[in-house]
Amino acid sequence: MWKILKYSFADLVRSRWSYVYLAFYLILGFSLLFLNNDLSKTVITLMNIVVVLTPMIGTIFGIMYFYSAREFTELLLAQPIKRRNIFLGQYLGIALSLSLSLVLGLGIPFLIYGIAQSSEIWDFGFLLLVGTFLTFIFTALSVNISLRNENKVKGFGYAILLWLVLAVIYDGIFLISLVLFDDYPLDRFTLAATMFNPIDLSRILVLLKLDISALLGYTGALFQNFFQGSGVFISLGMLVLWTVVPVKLLLRKAIRKDF
Amino acid sequence: MISLGKTGFIVLVLSLTAVSGWGKTIFVCEGCPVQTINQAYDLAQPGDTVLVKSGTYACVNLELKKPITVLGEQGAILDGQSEGYILKILADNVTISGLKFINAGRSYTKDFAAIYSSRANNFVITNNTIIDPFFGILLEKSHKGLVENNTVLSDRVREDDSGNGIHGWHCSKLRIKNNELSGLRDGIYLEFVEESVIQNNNSHGNIRYGLHFMFSNHDDYIENTFRDNGAGVAVMFSKFIQMRRNHFVQNWGTASYGLLLKEIYDAEVEENKFQQNTVGIFLEGSTRINYRKNRFERNGWAIKVSGGCYTNIFSQNDFVSNSFDVSYNSKMNDNKFEGNYWSSYSGYDLDKDNIGDVPYRPVKLFSYVVNRTPETIILLRSLFVDIINFSERVSPVFTPDNLVDNAPAMKSITNDSN
Repeated sequence: MWKILKYSFADLVRSRWSYVYLAFYLILGFSLLFLNNDLSKTVITLMNIVVVLTPMIGTIFGIMYFYSAREFTELLLAQPIKRRNIFLGQYLGIALSLSLSLVLGLGIPFLIYGIAQSSEIWDFGFLLLVGTFLTFIFTALSVNISLRNENKVKGFGYAILLWLVLAVIYDGIFLISLVLFDDYPLDRFTLAATMFNPIDLSRILVLLKLDISALLGYTGALFQNFFQGSGVFISLGMLVLWTVVPVKLLLRKAIRKDF
Repeated sequence: MISLGKTGFIVLVLSLTAVSGWGKTIFVCEGCPVQTINQAYDLAQPGDTVLVKSGTYACVNLELKKPITVLGEQGAILDGQSEGYILKILADNVTISGLKFINAGRSYTKDFAAIYSSRANNFVITNNTIIDPFFGILLEKSHKGLVENNTVLSDRVREDDSGNGIHGWHCSKLRIKNNELSGLRDGIYLEFVEESVIQNNNSHGNIRYGLHFMFSNHDDYIENTFRDNGAGVAVMFSKFIQMRRNHFVQNWGTASYGLLLKEIYDAEVEENKFQQNTVGIFLEGSTRINYRKNRFERNGWAIKVSGGCYTNIFSQNDFVSNSFDVSYNSKMNDNKFEGNYWSSYSGYDLDKDNIGDVPYRPVKLFSYVVNRTPETIILLRSLFVDIINFSERVSPVFTPDNLVDNAPAMKSITNDSN
């Protein structure tokens, strides 16, 4: 497995797209800090971008890589290697290289601008952690899609749809249902609904560290108690679950699939 | 009114008494002939000065019914023995200065205070330190007084067993200046107080309000700082108020306001700074108020408008990095926004006259939704919310369509990044 991981990691790290992705984050980080020297405000702006963009890139990269490396995968399958190792290795290769781009691309500019001495270091670290989680989650989901769809166009379609649903449509439905069922106590429903969308969950986790903690409390102590007490761990646990379950599913599918 | 400094005033009082010939000074100390404040008071004639030397003196419910001056030297402490009031001013022209008050009584039925004044005019209370009182300075039906350079500190945690720092009831022409108030229920509480000036006080870390007034007309609040109070500042049922150059800072919590205005009419709110409050200004039933040159920075809501607010004018204010600039709970709008600077303004200025060519709509659709269903705040900063805000901005359906700043400023007006 490690060999395969190493191979696909090296393959991706050397590819043009990784550099483009890295360069994008570098430029983003530097330009945001250049325009706005306030580190904490920059972290907020960055959160908006990271929470939307990392899932999208994760999805597209994951699905592209798996479709394009299909022949190589078939070659590997002919070798005496466990399927589990092949797919897990490839998956981790993609996810790690993307996360590396994210962490380096944002980390370098912030380090240069002195995040290490700033009190925002924890918030920033948390943002990177959440971004990494999102990369792992959405790569796993997209690999699942590519394994289940031979047709590339269909696969791409599903992947984009998945991103669209979780990034935009889910929130729309969420908002409408909150407004419609205004007369009922909604606190618990709201908490539950955020748990079922990794993008929402990440956004709220970062926001609570930054600016809305007091605004949230307006509705009731429930949110605040939850997200500031054990809720942080439950939420991080949910993110782990969001990573582990798709990976398990993809391995199950990979082991049973007839290539 | 002419305001004299602390020492200036004492010098004036002393020289006046010296020149006019009446008034002697009675010293109180442990080795002196006069060893207690009560003794000194009994000996004193109107116009005399009681000078308290360093040391701790028991003093419970001492009623000052003669116009005298009580001065404390460095280290002079009056101990109320946790029984009741410490000093009661019941005559005109009383001066209390330079003393430290400890162990004032605490009660659930009586308003015990370290310094209490009733039906007294022309009193002067300066340079005192009051530690952990129930009420600090309680003024009832007293007029034309000066309360300056006092410090009232406490560390209460519950509203019901704490009192207010400076409390005025049915007073007029007070000057409350340069006081520091902390850890009390309300820092300054005024009820039926007219024509008074509240200036340069620092009210912080109080359980309820930094400043609280009701039914108090024609008052000026200038250059005060209200920081980190449980519920910020609340002002209600008052007319002809001026609030200038105050700082409302970090009143951050679930039920906190920088400034809550309820039933306030004909007021001027100018050049104040609102920084990092949950709600900068909450308006309810407040009419004919001019807001000029205020700076709202990093608040949850800069301005939250509830029902019954008419003919308010917001001009030349700065709105910088607030989660919500303005929030309305209805489609009605009779207030005017003009020439403000909005940091989230995305228009352009082709003719370079520093006025944006595209009108700005400060009410976002999302803030309307949050008003209706508070739980939806959990979607703050999600992509979907940005999309609906954008579409609402292009063609308003839910938000008041006449709520527009037609001449948004391109550059910050107060231009202060602190």
